[in-house]
Amino acid sequence: MANIERDEVSGTETTGHEWDGIKELNTPLPNWWRWTFYATVVWGLGYTVAYPAWPLISGATPGVLGYSSRQEVANDIAAAAEAQAQWAERIRATSLEDILKDEELLRFAKAGGAAAFRVNCVQCHGSGAAGFVGYPNLNDNDWLWGGTVDQIHQTIANGVRYTANADTRDSQMPAFGADGVLTAEQIGDVANYIVQLSGGQADQAAAGRGGQVFTDNCVACHGEKAEGNKELGAPNLADQITLYGGDVAAVSAQTAKPRHGVMPAWSDKLDEVKIKELAVFVHALGGGEQAAATP
Amino acid sequence: MVRVIGKAAISAPFDRHDAEAVNSAGRRSQYASRVKIHPKTTDGTFRRLKWAIMAVTLAVYYISPWLRWERPGSAPDQAILIDLAHRRFYFFFIEIWPQEFYYVAGLLIMAGVGLFLATSLFGRAWCGYACPQTVWTDLYMAIERFAEGDRNARIKLDAAPFSFGKLRKRAVKLALWLAVAVATGGFWVFYFADAPTLLQELLTGTAQPVAYITIAILTATTFTFAGFMREQVCTYMCPWPRIQGAMLDEHSLVVTYNAWRGEPRHSGRKKAQALALKVGDCVDCNACVAVCPMGIDIRDGNQLECINCALCIDACDAVMDKVGSPRGLISYSTTGLYAANAAGTPARWNWRELVRARTIIYFSAWVAVGLVMLISLAGRERLDVNIVADRNPLFVKLSDGTIRNGYTVKILNMKQEPRRFRVGIEGLPGAAMASEESATAPSGAIIVEAEADKLRAIKVFVSTNDPTARVDEATRFTFVVTELSTAGDAESGRYGAIFHGEGEEN
Repeated sequence: MANIERDEVSGTETTGHEWDGIKELNTPLPNWWRWTFYATVVWGLGYTVAYPAWPLISGATPGVLGYSSRQEVANDIAAAAEAQAQWAERIRATSLEDILKDEELLRFAKAGGAAAFRVNCVQCHGSGAAGFVGYPNLNDNDWLWGGTVDQIHQTIANGVRYTANADTRDSQMPAFGADGVLTAEQIGDVANYIVQLSGGQADQAAAGRGGQVFTDNCVACHGEKAEGNKELGAPNLADQITLYGGDVAAVSAQTAKPRHGVMPAWSDKLDEVKIKELAVFVHALGGGEQAAATP
Repeated sequence: MVRVIGKAAISAPFDRHDAEAVNSAGRRSQYASRVKIHPKTTDGTFRRLKWAIMAVTLAVYYISPWLRWERPGSAPDQAILIDLAHRRFYFFFIEIWPQEFYYVAGLLIMAGVGLFLATSLFGRAWCGYACPQTVWTDLYMAIERFAEGDRNARIKLDAAPFSFGKLRKRAVKLALWLAVAVATGGFWVFYFADAPTLLQELLTGTAQPVAYITIAILTATTFTFAGFMREQVCTYMCPWPRIQGAMLDEHSLVVTYNAWRGEPRHSGRKKAQALALKVGDCVDCNACVAVCPMGIDIRDGNQLECINCALCIDACDAVMDKVGSPRGLISYSTTGLYAANAAGTPARWNWRELVRARTIIYFSAWVAVGLVMLISLAGRERLDVNIVADRNPLFVKLSDGTIRNGYTVKILNMKQEPRRFRVGIEGLPGAAMASEESATAPSGAIIVEAEADKLRAIKVFVSTNDPTARVDEATRFTFVVTELSTAGDAESGRYGAIFHGEGEEN
């Protein structure tokens, strides 16, 4: 330190280090920067004491303030639930038909139902509720188990062919081909008959023969005019909406060895209010039916 | 430059100032610390003009939010209000919705072009007189002068050791500065909420935190910018000094030291005359330097730091009167005039210099933007409709084969009264419209009630069994929205939409 050398041009001290004739100027960090840096170090150490920080073998130090991000989320959810409590209580106490008549309650129920739908239902029914082959479109006006808000509610709550629930919607169509009830020709004929009923491309002659097959085997569930039976979940075969495809091949396959969809009973998983909200939401998608006027 | 320093100044009829320009051309360094400037007070035409403009601009700022303007319905009665919570901007009889923000863009364009116009006409008139930085700095300097005295007293005070007298003066100054700063920030927030209510809330401590935070930030910026940074803001932070170079031309009025008249300057004129030296009008009294708030020497020529406040003109004119020389050694002049005079051909400023291609173009552009805004404002619709088609699913097939599309019709009722609208469709064969949220008229149209000053969104289903529309992937049709009003001012509009069919694949 005895020989402090100053650079002639800048007047700054040198560090005394020299490389190939080039000397390094001693330009220390500004004090405000240095002290800010020390302050952040102190603050950082304090932080690790106050908050969860140091990793241990299982978990981490909890921090003296006892903060937990999980607990924070839980608190937020609890706060939201509390904020909605009076609405939820009104929905619980009001019948579905009355919810539809109460504009305010309807808006809340639809919004809540939309949120629950996005979490629980979109996996099968699609984000637009438009369904897929084997998964019904909930926007249209064709309902396997009925389209009034109460019927929709029962379907959501108890599921379809969900054996764990005693009140589940259940029906089974015989496998007319696999069990040998009908011959392949008969199945082809009745498939043509059904396709013709709903206005599709069908073989006239086969369809003519199929009418008798239908009368003999199918009307018990699907009705004389193939209009279906919602009590049994038997689909309307005369309309233009099909679950597994509407051409002769698809209908033949479904007749020979039917596929049966399963929907879980949501009462196992969701509370009553959420199921009611879902029913209102699905009913409002565009195909909801009015309850028959009770005398 | 010949500089004769003699003792002839004893009998000079004017004060000689021991002033050196803090930012004189010779002293400028890129990385220098700020040297405090102590501008001396002055009086004269431009100083009085500056006081007047300061009074007007401060009055506009502090009084505007308190003006009331009665509006119908639930709309606020404050004349100028930026209602961020409800997404509205009120300006007397004008109400602007967020999607009409282009009016604000138009105003900004007018402000920009107006600045160009003012600059090409009068140089940096904005900087010297109307800029908030100038106005508030001027106000702070007046307070400083009140508390600590004029230039020499302040220099002495700065150099004096600590004493209770010094502390008192400083405390008075800083307290007054702080009061002005709080008032500045405090009045800003009144533009964003009902002023009387907010004032009450502020005083009782019940206002929104954002109000206090805004006040705190603006108090801090006012206090530092006007109190301590002052000319540094203009020189280093503001882009305008850099832009002005492109705006000025040889006809622009700028504060000019007429060196052709003033040089060579002599502090001892008589001695110089006795020595038969050439003597200019400048007596080198440094009055122009002492009064300059930017700390420059105007005699260095036209420079970036100069805000054209013309205080040096007042100072110099006073000295010229005393020594018996004509006024205008420092004056508003143009570089063209300067060059002509320097070349020995006397020329005087003529107002016709204001009218030239550049100023005409700026003025025309400014007027054009203003007219377009006025006309569109006068004829603007107070009804807007957005049709949002459902995209998931695009269409729904019903049991009888009918194809149904869903739309959200958003009706923006921008009037301060509830209105009823008839929403119908045209151009889609075999179409029927239905909505669960609204009554359907016998004609198939629906009737929608829209609250005053609100957006009403309504979900409608349009369905058709028409063989072509069912299959075509996209059929264009029209929503027709008509106001049901007995008054003559019913508005209506046609809004295009697309109907999605199944497509050929199905």
